[in-house]
Amino acid sequence: MGTVDTLNQTTTQTTSTERVTGADAVVRILLEEGVDMLFGYPGGAIMPVYDSLYDYREQIHHVLARHEQGASHAAQGYARASGKVGVCLATSGPGATNLITGLADAQIDSTPLVCITGQVPSGLLGSDAFQETDVIGISMPVTKWNYQVTRAEEIPEALAKAFYLARSGRPGPVLVDITKDAQFEEFDFEYKKCTSIRSYVEKPALDLAKVEEAAELINNAKRPYVLFGQGVILAHAEKEFKAFIEKTGIPSAWTIMGLSALETDHPLNVGMLGMHGNYGPNLLTNECDILIAIGMRFDDRVTGNLSKYAKQAKVIHMEIDPAEIDKNVKTDVAVLGDAKESLQELIKRVKPNSHEEWLQRFRDCDKQEHEKVIQDELYPTSDILSMGEVIRLINENTGGDHILVTDVGQHQMVACRYSKFTQSKSNITSGGLGTMGFGLPAGLGAALGAPDRTVIAVVGDGGFQMTLQELATIYQTKAKVKVLLLNNEFLGMVRQWQQLFFDKRYSATEMINPDFQQMVKGFYIPTNKVTKREELEAAVKEFIEFDGAYFLEVMVGKENNVFPMVPSGSGVAEIRLE
Amino acid sequence: MVPLEQEFTITAYTENHVGLLHRLTIIFTKRKINIESLTTSESEMEGVHRFTIAVTETEEVIQKVVKQIEKQVEVLKAGYYKREEVVQQELALYKIPTESLTNSLEVELIVREHNARFLTIEKDFVVIEKAGYRRETVALFEDLQPYGINEFVRSGRIAVARQEYGLGKQVKELLGEEVDG
Repeated sequence: MGTVDTLNQTTTQTTSTERVTGADAVVRILLEEGVDMLFGYPGGAIMPVYDSLYDYREQIHHVLARHEQGASHAAQGYARASGKVGVCLATSGPGATNLITGLADAQIDSTPLVCITGQVPSGLLGSDAFQETDVIGISMPVTKWNYQVTRAEEIPEALAKAFYLARSGRPGPVLVDITKDAQFEEFDFEYKKCTSIRSYVEKPALDLAKVEEAAELINNAKRPYVLFGQGVILAHAEKEFKAFIEKTGIPSAWTIMGLSALETDHPLNVGMLGMHGNYGPNLLTNECDILIAIGMRFDDRVTGNLSKYAKQAKVIHMEIDPAEIDKNVKTDVAVLGDAKESLQELIKRVKPNSHEEWLQRFRDCDKQEHEKVIQDELYPTSDILSMGEVIRLINENTGGDHILVTDVGQHQMVACRYSKFTQSKSNITSGGLGTMGFGLPAGLGAALGAPDRTVIAVVGDGGFQMTLQELATIYQTKAKVKVLLLNNEFLGMVRQWQQLFFDKRYSATEMINPDFQQMVKGFYIPTNKVTKREELEAAVKEFIEFDGAYFLEVMVGKENNVFPMVPSGSGVAEIRLE
Repeated sequence: MVPLEQEFTITAYTENHVGLLHRLTIIFTKRKINIESLTTSESEMEGVHRFTIAVTETEEVIQKVVKQIEKQVEVLKAGYYKREEVVQQELALYKIPTESLTNSLEVELIVREHNARFLTIEKDFVVIEKAGYRRETVALFEDLQPYGINEFVRSGRIAVARQEYGLGKQVKELLGEEVDG
């Protein structure tokens, strides 16, 4: 073994050497990595990079968020809608700490983000200098990788590695912290993209023996059942996934992160898993004989009480991250690798089949759920407006080709349950972290990342008020995001739990809200408010058809609940319809 | 049945990078697992470092922890061993007053019995060194205690696999190096 270079990476693509500042190198690298848009907020320690950005303003569009948290969520929305890496720029100290929520959210939802933060000059490190925080220490638990640069010559290698790690394997957020002196320092710039790192396995090699084993189980199954997650979308495996379930005729349910990987109306799409998922997908988890999990991680919101989860089933887990195998649910056959490659091999080995009788069980459950929950949610008979009927009207007016971005809470569950999708990468939500305040900035980012699609950000009155300052960014960027506020004047999900599990003691959940209409007008965004059913249809139509950003507020039932529900600590089969 | 907690030695071969220690300890902190000892050093391969972490936990938890360790970008390979699967040692230093040595032969006899050795003998104090299993360094501590221990320190565990090659062989293969023998 010879001398090891500092970052132990394999690289490709060289550019000619030129003497530049560290800051200029940062911007040139962004261009080399194909970045044409980034989200950020300037400040003292990142000013050299901002100064360089000024020279490249025709090539890279910088979106000035109104808070770094907004920048990070916008970058997430951009990444998820475009399939590219989201890039954030922030200054040291408070700028960097404000990114942390976005990093944590991106980490748990496997969103590729590269965050670049300025840092105090290297001579001041550790001195509690003005706007100094240990951002490397703080961000370590919520990043896939991070690195502090103190010399300009480290910048190319560090950023090459950052982009490679963010987008490869199981994607995730990375952070590179650059001291101000390193940004000013001149060095001989040369850039090589990173293509591998010796201590990093991008994706495990596919073990065909495991695929054979999985195929054998599937071919002999009477009641096989597929659960699919975002891994299908991240691996660009939608086509292979569909071919697999169509060949085998297996009913398939989605996690909230897997939503839109398969079109909603597909006959084998049986609905949503989890706490507020559909009745059949939860109930029948405990009746299948083979459970095939593809690109999902058995989150506790999906499994409920693990000791009562699918105990009768043999479990096949197809997953890129070895650490997810047996983490929550014990697996019988683990097929490690990229979902696309795994499914391509699996399809060859499974026999054509159909499971009509078994599928009928899901349809029967659907019928029950329709009668008890869905009918009244989508077509309420009382005067009180429901969240579900608003989503139904959205579906009717978009035809399902829109991108849905949601915040967190009741509206999120309702929107995900009832939205209909015709294409992949259409659902952007904070699934793992459950970050209130995600929706509006992520919607902004999605609209900029997919300018040709209709982007609808559905928010509640609680989460909206956490990041509503980004309305200013929407106005400034002319992002065509449509914001739908489902206002129930409550922190609705917490209130629902208080009603069901805390004797209706509504502690700190009622919201006395501002006049959102006046407020949105202050941000120069067209706005409308609906309080009566007869106004709703026309208002939704105008909302969808308007060419540009638009804000629609709908006053919905204050104390409506989201059902079905798997109560916390219960098994999935204990799902309640009312 | 409650799974049994037992002693495990976790070994990780890693790059030698600033901050990796923090990244690895977070994995334990996050699960509220107490690290009993942690040793880092160079390994048999140039440029490759090695972490040896001693923990008492259930095997199921250890398996998950090891996967999380191996998942870190800068970790080449990680694994775990049960007590009987490793040859392990710790090093202890005991500082006692010199007068306890000059007044009788007892301390010298104790040091001999324990296969320990004097590192230094100064005017006011002597330093005794003992390498061994935890129980052996503890036994010497107890025997020396009546003579007054001014200072005591014990290193973290170091351990190698009780087989011809440990995880290092896989690391070498990963790095495309020839394995000796």
